[in-house]
Amino acid sequence: MSTRLARGGRLIDRTAPVEFTFNGKRFRGFRGDTLAAGLLANDQMLVGRSFKYHRPRGIVASGPEEPNALVNLGTGARLEPNQRTTTTELFDGLECTSQNHWPSLDFDVGVVNNYAARFLPAGFYYKTFIHPRPFWKHVFEPVIRRSAGLGKAPTQPDADRYEQAYVFCDLLVVGAGVAGLKAAKAAADKGQRVILLEQAPVIGGRAPVDQTEVDGQPVEAWLSAMEADLLARDNVTLRTRTCGFGVYDHGYVLADERVADHTPGDGRPKHRLWRIRAGRIIAATGAIERPLSFAGNDIPGVMLASAVRDYVVNYAVSPGDRTVVVTNNDSAYQTALALKAAGLDVPAILDARETADGALPQAARAAGIRVLTGKAIAKVKGGKRVTGVAVCAQAGEGTVQEEIACEAVAMSGGWSPVVHLWSHCGGKLLWDETISAFVPDPKRPPLNHDGSAMVECVGAAAGDLDLSGKPAAIPPVWVMPQGAPVQLRNKMWLDYQNDVKVSDVQLASREGYVSVEHTKRYTTLGMATDQGKLSNINGLAVLAESLGEEIPQVGTTTFRPPYTPVTIGALAGEARGEIFQPLRRTPMHAAHEKAGAYFEPVGLWRRPYCFPRAGETHEQAVHREVLNTRTNLGLLDASTLGKIIVKGPDAGKFLDMLYTGVMSTLPVGKCRYGLMCNEQGFLIDDGVVARIDEDTWLCHTTSGGADRIHAWMEDWLQCEWWDWQVYTANVTEQYAQVAVVGPNARKLLQVLGGMDVSKEALPFMQWADGKLAGFPVRVYRISFSGELSYEIAVPASHGAAFWEACMEAGKALGAMPYGTECLHIMRAEKGFIMIGDETDGTVIPQDLGLDWAISKKKADYLGKRGQERTYLASPDRWKLVGFETLDGSVIPDGSYIVAEGVNANGQRNTQGRVTSTYYSPTLKRGIAMGLLKHGPQRMGEVVEFNTVAGGTVKARVRDTVFYDKDGEKQNV
Amino acid sequence: MLILECPYCGVKAEETELSPGYEAHLKRFGPGSTPEEFEAYMFARKNPKGVHFERWRHTYGCGKWFLAARCTATLEVFGTYPAQVSEPPADIIAKIQARRPDWRPDWKDTK
Amino acid sequence: MKRYSVFAIAREAARYHLGWERAWASPEPRASYDAIIVGAGGHGLATAYYLGKNHGITNVAVIEKGWLGGGNTGRNTTIIRSNYLQDSSAAIYEKSRSLYETLSQELNYNVMFSPRGVMMLAQTHHEVRGYQRTAHANALQGVATEFITPQRVKELCPILNIDGPRYPVLGALWQPRGGTGRHDAVAWGYARACSAMGMHIIQNCEVKGVRSENGQVTGVETTKGFIGCKKLGLVVAGHSGQLAEMAGFRLPIEAVALQALVSEPIKPCMDVVVMANTVHGYMSQSDKGEMVIGGGTDGFNNYTQRGSFHHIEETLRALVETFPIISRLKMLRQWGGIVDMTGDRSPIISKTPLGNCFINCGWGTGGFKAIPGSGWAMAELMAKGEPGPLAAEFNMWRFKEGQFIDESVAAGVAH
Repeated sequence: MSTRLARGGRLIDRTAPVEFTFNGKRFRGFRGDTLAAGLLANDQMLVGRSFKYHRPRGIVASGPEEPNALVNLGTGARLEPNQRTTTTELFDGLECTSQNHWPSLDFDVGVVNNYAARFLPAGFYYKTFIHPRPFWKHVFEPVIRRSAGLGKAPTQPDADRYEQAYVFCDLLVVGAGVAGLKAAKAAADKGQRVILLEQAPVIGGRAPVDQTEVDGQPVEAWLSAMEADLLARDNVTLRTRTCGFGVYDHGYVLADERVADHTPGDGRPKHRLWRIRAGRIIAATGAIERPLSFAGNDIPGVMLASAVRDYVVNYAVSPGDRTVVVTNNDSAYQTALALKAAGLDVPAILDARETADGALPQAARAAGIRVLTGKAIAKVKGGKRVTGVAVCAQAGEGTVQEEIACEAVAMSGGWSPVVHLWSHCGGKLLWDETISAFVPDPKRPPLNHDGSAMVECVGAAAGDLDLSGKPAAIPPVWVMPQGAPVQLRNKMWLDYQNDVKVSDVQLASREGYVSVEHTKRYTTLGMATDQGKLSNINGLAVLAESLGEEIPQVGTTTFRPPYTPVTIGALAGEARGEIFQPLRRTPMHAAHEKAGAYFEPVGLWRRPYCFPRAGETHEQAVHREVLNTRTNLGLLDASTLGKIIVKGPDAGKFLDMLYTGVMSTLPVGKCRYGLMCNEQGFLIDDGVVARIDEDTWLCHTTSGGADRIHAWMEDWLQCEWWDWQVYTANVTEQYAQVAVVGPNARKLLQVLGGMDVSKEALPFMQWADGKLAGFPVRVYRISFSGELSYEIAVPASHGAAFWEACMEAGKALGAMPYGTECLHIMRAEKGFIMIGDETDGTVIPQDLGLDWAISKKKADYLGKRGQERTYLASPDRWKLVGFETLDGSVIPDGSYIVAEGVNANGQRNTQGRVTSTYYSPTLKRGIAMGLLKHGPQRMGEVVEFNTVAGGTVKARVRDTVFYDKDGEKQNV
Repeated sequence: MLILECPYCGVKAEETELSPGYEAHLKRFGPGSTPEEFEAYMFARKNPKGVHFERWRHTYGCGKWFLAARCTATLEVFGTYPAQVSEPPADIIAKIQARRPDWRPDWKDTK
Repeated sequence: MKRYSVFAIAREAARYHLGWERAWASPEPRASYDAIIVGAGGHGLATAYYLGKNHGITNVAVIEKGWLGGGNTGRNTTIIRSNYLQDSSAAIYEKSRSLYETLSQELNYNVMFSPRGVMMLAQTHHEVRGYQRTAHANALQGVATEFITPQRVKELCPILNIDGPRYPVLGALWQPRGGTGRHDAVAWGYARACSAMGMHIIQNCEVKGVRSENGQVTGVETTKGFIGCKKLGLVVAGHSGQLAEMAGFRLPIEAVALQALVSEPIKPCMDVVVMANTVHGYMSQSDKGEMVIGGGTDGFNNYTQRGSFHHIEETLRALVETFPIISRLKMLRQWGGIVDMTGDRSPIISKTPLGNCFINCGWGTGGFKAIPGSGWAMAELMAKGEPGPLAAEFNMWRFKEGQFIDESVAAGVAH
């Protein structure tokens, strides 16, 4: 059984015991333990079940490469599925449960898949579940879905918060092992701004476990001195618990800092995402040990040799009294020596090499350990934990020569440099035959913005395994024993989590899935949560062997970010809920909230849709607002309307290019309605333009269009007509604007008092500056409702007070605020178009009968050439008309006007569609506008609109103005 | 995540401060142009795998449009320059040719 | 071709699966073919398949620069739907979707078409009207969709937060027979079926030039030498511009990066595909349990298959807001593809200035769902030399006179 040793453990604090639970069982550990160390210390060898066959799984590794030991960590709003126990720091009160089993970890029904494994080879699902057809959706897929997936799905919103921050440096070093520390110091000595990241809570990497000294000093002393040195410098930032997980173009690196994972609920953000811009990046990310492929290498108790060493040295955890070491290189001998030093038994070291005479093997022999060269594991014995190994010759086919009882197996198949960060932006790799691994090719680095190398690998990440005392040469041993028959290969796991075996990769190659990517996708090798950190190279080697090709010819795998999985909350950051996106509020927003407005989002703005009163539906409120505005007085917060000042000697010329009509001739003091098209000729925005003075115009745009149109203006001024003297300013937010609408509109302004707003002083389509109730105002006499109407702009800082003054003064005049839906209905009753309703990006002004707003005299305007194209100039285009249903009902939103017959694809022919359709409270019937082929020539005709249910609604074609056709109401 | 130096304000602007605007040095064709000219102006945009001249706006900075010479295959940036020119400046061309000896200027190609 | 079935698996299990044959052959190229398709992605392989199946043309080579299915076919979020607005779009996507319904049986390869339903959320009143318009158009196009209430949205997808403070869900356009498929399997299934018809799938063979005489293509120069052909089909998505340039014409196409990502796998919690266009994100859960996530494209020409990370952040913000439970899941893998965007964001299936050269490209962000229909229409075009009704409006000259097939019509935000 695995247990805690009485002495040692360089990372644990025995004076700080902590309690935690696993599947409800109470366990004890120490501060400084990882969860994996804590589980092992309590003899919890079985920690999970594999993905496909539900095989028992134990802890394999001691770092982020762990494929097996994933748990559901926490509960409720702090449940985190698939948490790696090997990187989870133990804290008091930690609760976790194992994954992917039913009903329990020890007794899992899903293990039937294991007994049926012969029938479930790689890709079996592509070859079956084909008949009968409906069974995939209704039977096979639901069953597969239930059995797949790993951790539990959270059911509650996240209780934690996350931060994001930017930081810049000359040099970013990822990995604070010996190589990273030296690189950081060297750059710091040159005065560079250095950031050094370490994913673990402590610095040092593998050195404290694998080495005794660095540069002639004892490891711990060297590390302490180095840490003190770096911390003392202003130009160095050292950040532990921070994983640099992705390198992106132009020196952009993302790093995830685990701020409060080990102190949940303490008020700090759970994670902090660092967005780093580095002049240069050094990846000192070390190397990861590879498993060996022998039968039964997935049984709990089979671990990486380096992990066994880590648990013994760092956490004083014994994996078992007797550990057999199996290896193809010298580094695993360190494990044997560490176990021995801890007083544990190493019955044998099985070395696949014919000879082993290095310093470490000699030291092992000197320590009295039995070293067997040329040997391999034929088979690991045991079920839910290791009970022993059967030994055979590596050169043979697996004939058992001896059986050795043990509780654990420590394996080392060599080391793979962690080249992920090198590869993320396209750095290329070389196969290094000496160490049987891919290493960075310094001649083909990832490129920075200036074409220089963006990333450099140092230390073990560059293939320099010597640095941390690991062997200079590692011969390839990809299958153990080398001549293993299919019965054994069928039990050799490459990808522990996804249950991909040597035999699966060989099957893929047999079936022609010979590209590495095909093999990976067909077998799911390397697609598990460890992203192939342990399995990719072994799988690639098996593939190469079965194809009879060299590994570099077969290819390499692509490393994509992130290096280790990153919590989505950290990537989303603080932008949640109300501040999920920037929120734009008008100066009158608080008053609307107080009045109980129902808001709708309009771009980033929020506008009142209507102001429902107690007991009113939204529809009832809207109808009341329409009727009140038409009979008494309505007030609309029109502040979101875009307002762009265009000024300069060439401003008139510019606006004549921008609008389809002529703006240069507009007299000072007057207003004119204008249309803007894109170069295709399609209508993109509209609004009223006011001439302010000789060289200044104020252009109103739609609420959603203000920023877009301002950018559009600047685009033309800066990139095309850069010699024209024109300045623009988007002053949308500088002014609050109130539409005072209805028969009592003028009375309200007179009550406010301060300027003459009579018909004579301020006729329709003119504007005037002045004062109302002491407020500095600009009053535009324009109407979007057909009523007598003034739109009054005040500086934004006066907006709230002015609105309140209007509401107060309007009480006696029947004033009510109204929202966007009332605005929509009133404009539809008048036949005014709305950008986004009558237009959709494919409609030209001519389609909408707006020819009157298009200058025939101008040689050019944006969109003119586009509109000349035959398809846009066709007389057969759908054109705007009004509709009234024969029965007074409302035509459904989005309905099409059907035509006879079907087209070549069997679709029902159409001849038009509705663009705006409302119940008119004024007329007490449905009204609509829409586009109809040859529409204006078909007045009085009855056409049919479709319904989704398959029926039709009959409506008569008419003009678009349903209310006050002669405009008498707005001209009083 | 590109960084482009705004030639107006000198800021090394991060991509999130910028708005992309696709091909640079376009010649506008308006009324009087042939259907082929107009189509080419609107749609036949250059799409090279290699050196590309393009428009960017320093939207969340000084608001200016500027032009950049960039490699679409490696994302290397050869330089940025103001938008008020009809062809790339000589120093940018020189920088491109220094790093891409095989490259030939193509911004005047008829489409 | 040995048939796949549960019996075949049982038979093979007895001998440890040593008897399976290659899914497709990897022959050396012949000197010439009746037709060459450049690009062994889903669209190219489907084109070859329907050339054989519908038109009896089997002396066909499909030439691939890398490994088959390695472009956008293997890099997408596997959504299949046909709830498009414009008639010509709805026609080809619905044809495609209906072919997907029986594709596993037809190819004898389980492509795992899962008609679990696709919903597109309406989160503004403007979007409500837009989707109601689509629902009405679909009703006339023979595409089964409906506009559903927020309550129904919640029933179909309980993990969805329909009451968000910024963009509460006002309804959704629901296509119950939309869904997902297994992207690699689509390419592999077509490849296996093509190979069984005697067609050649030639991988690791890059086209370096297009040879033509008197306005007719005679063959292609490749890294495996010159290969002659009577007809040439270019089906290479992001690299269409390069191939067209070799053939001497220019396409109205720009290549940009589109990114996607998956989370670590969790137990099933989402049975439908959800697209939230106001906030820019979409998500479904794969049969492995991963949440499959996508968003918008980058805005600049890019051939690196790497996008800009702020788009990933935007997408995840949108989805955490829409599905609060995903906040504590982890992003497992992110990747990018090169998508070819046309002026109206609709594809091109078209004749070209070269008489016997045809092009199929411009699928932009939505190509996977179109694979069977696209192949069907392209095969018809190549076989007959003229487009059938499915492809007719997707010609590359439509832009000249402004005959757009614009699906982005609901884009303008007004008031």
